[in-house]
Amino acid sequence: MQPTFSSSRILLPVRPWFIFFSLFAATAMNFLPTAHWPGMPDWVALVLCFWSVREFRRVGMGWAFILGLLMDVADGSVLGQHCFAYVLLAYVSASLSRRLLWFPLAQQALQIMPLLVATQVIQALMRLAVGADIPGWGYYLIGPFIASLLWIPATFILLLPQYRPVDQDPNRPI
Amino acid sequence: MVGIDHAPPPFFKRGPAPLALLTFYIAISLAIFVVDLRFRSLDLLRQSIALVVDPVQRVAQTPGSLVDYSASYLQGMRALQNENNELKHAKLTTAPDLERVAQLEAENERLRKLLAVKEREKAKGQVAQILYTARDPFSRKVIVDKGQQSGIVAGQPAIDEAGVVGQVTRVFPFSAEITLITDKDQAVPIQIVRNGQRSVVFGLGNGQLELRYMPANADVQIGDLLVTSGLDGVYLPGFPVAKVVNIERDSAYSFARIFCVPIAGVENFGEIMVLDARQPLPPAPPEVAGRGGDSSDKGNQRPKKKKAAKAN
Repeated sequence: MQPTFSSSRILLPVRPWFIFFSLFAATAMNFLPTAHWPGMPDWVALVLCFWSVREFRRVGMGWAFILGLLMDVADGSVLGQHCFAYVLLAYVSASLSRRLLWFPLAQQALQIMPLLVATQVIQALMRLAVGADIPGWGYYLIGPFIASLLWIPATFILLLPQYRPVDQDPNRPI
Repeated sequence: MVGIDHAPPPFFKRGPAPLALLTFYIAISLAIFVVDLRFRSLDLLRQSIALVVDPVQRVAQTPGSLVDYSASYLQGMRALQNENNELKHAKLTTAPDLERVAQLEAENERLRKLLAVKEREKAKGQVAQILYTARDPFSRKVIVDKGQQSGIVAGQPAIDEAGVVGQVTRVFPFSAEITLITDKDQAVPIQIVRNGQRSVVFGLGNGQLELRYMPANADVQIGDLLVTSGLDGVYLPGFPVAKVVNIERDSAYSFARIFCVPIAGVENFGEIMVLDARQPLPPAPPEVAGRGGDSSDKGNQRPKKKKAAKAN
């Protein structure tokens, strides 16, 4: 468990089942028919990035690889396309995590944005290299921007089970 | 909180170095990317993962289909009645043709027998429901609800009530992936109805199709109907494929650029019919040696049969 540097609140340790549940929920959200709407974020990339920053010892490249395989099969894209992008995302966000959490949330979102854009651009480059056409910029640029804006609500929602009640028992401070 | 543990704290057990792990995973990702794309030999892995993913995906699609269902439920009596009347009317107008089809087919068969021509194959198939569009933005594919369990095999053509929709490219246990004819470089051998000229139409990836390699002065007009020629052994002859909408004839290039739009509701949802695979074509006649005098003349060889069973 890492402390939140910007606040004096101490978080409870994360529950592994909640990590699993949130990643599963993100996958299911990617499967929704709304995924075809322009500017829809890649939920798996966002949640994976979040946990790689927060809990890089629990959620690492192995999870990224497996989620990538699932997304590849579900999307009907070439196997390995999402794997590659997600593994890189997990690695870079884990290496950023020491620094990133010192910043306020808005600045964290700003630093996450290039990672999420890169996740999409890497996939596009892989497909362009083997002869596909660019399907439209909306998919590449708007989605990651919205996803990085969603970093702020995602932090609140995904940390919710770890918050402790504000009115604490003074006899048992921790 | 856990009390004092006798085991060493977990942060001493780091496992392999992150960079080593990264190299390992990236190597695997690139390897399966190349193998899947070039050799297409990972279908078993894909099928087994699909077995896990497919139920979740179907459940995730239910909100959308529930909305569709309730919308159609609330559509009202009047709209349904109108539609019903229109359908009855359409049925009546096509009745004279349809009622004689059986007789015409029998007659055609008899005549073909008299002429000792091979009998026409009959189109048979099974109706499948389109479940959802594949999310991959680089290709145009849909997933239908019939798979290996229903005996679908890769390569079967799919049609709707207007014309050819696409071709089955991957089969999963309970679903199948159909690559639409508008997918980039998806090829369908066609014939122009007006003059019988044969060619191959390719998907462009943007919802249109292109008739490639036609000379600049080719006899193609806007509005020409293209139907399957059946020369590939995949599509039965005579199904409407596309309509020519735009022709750019530029004498600077040797080929005209001919754009077509699909006739079938390729990008729509609904039901489609997956036709059974055709009977195999008779083997190609052997190459005639020395037809033009010189048997080693490479320029004289016949072009290879065009393959439509190509995906991506």
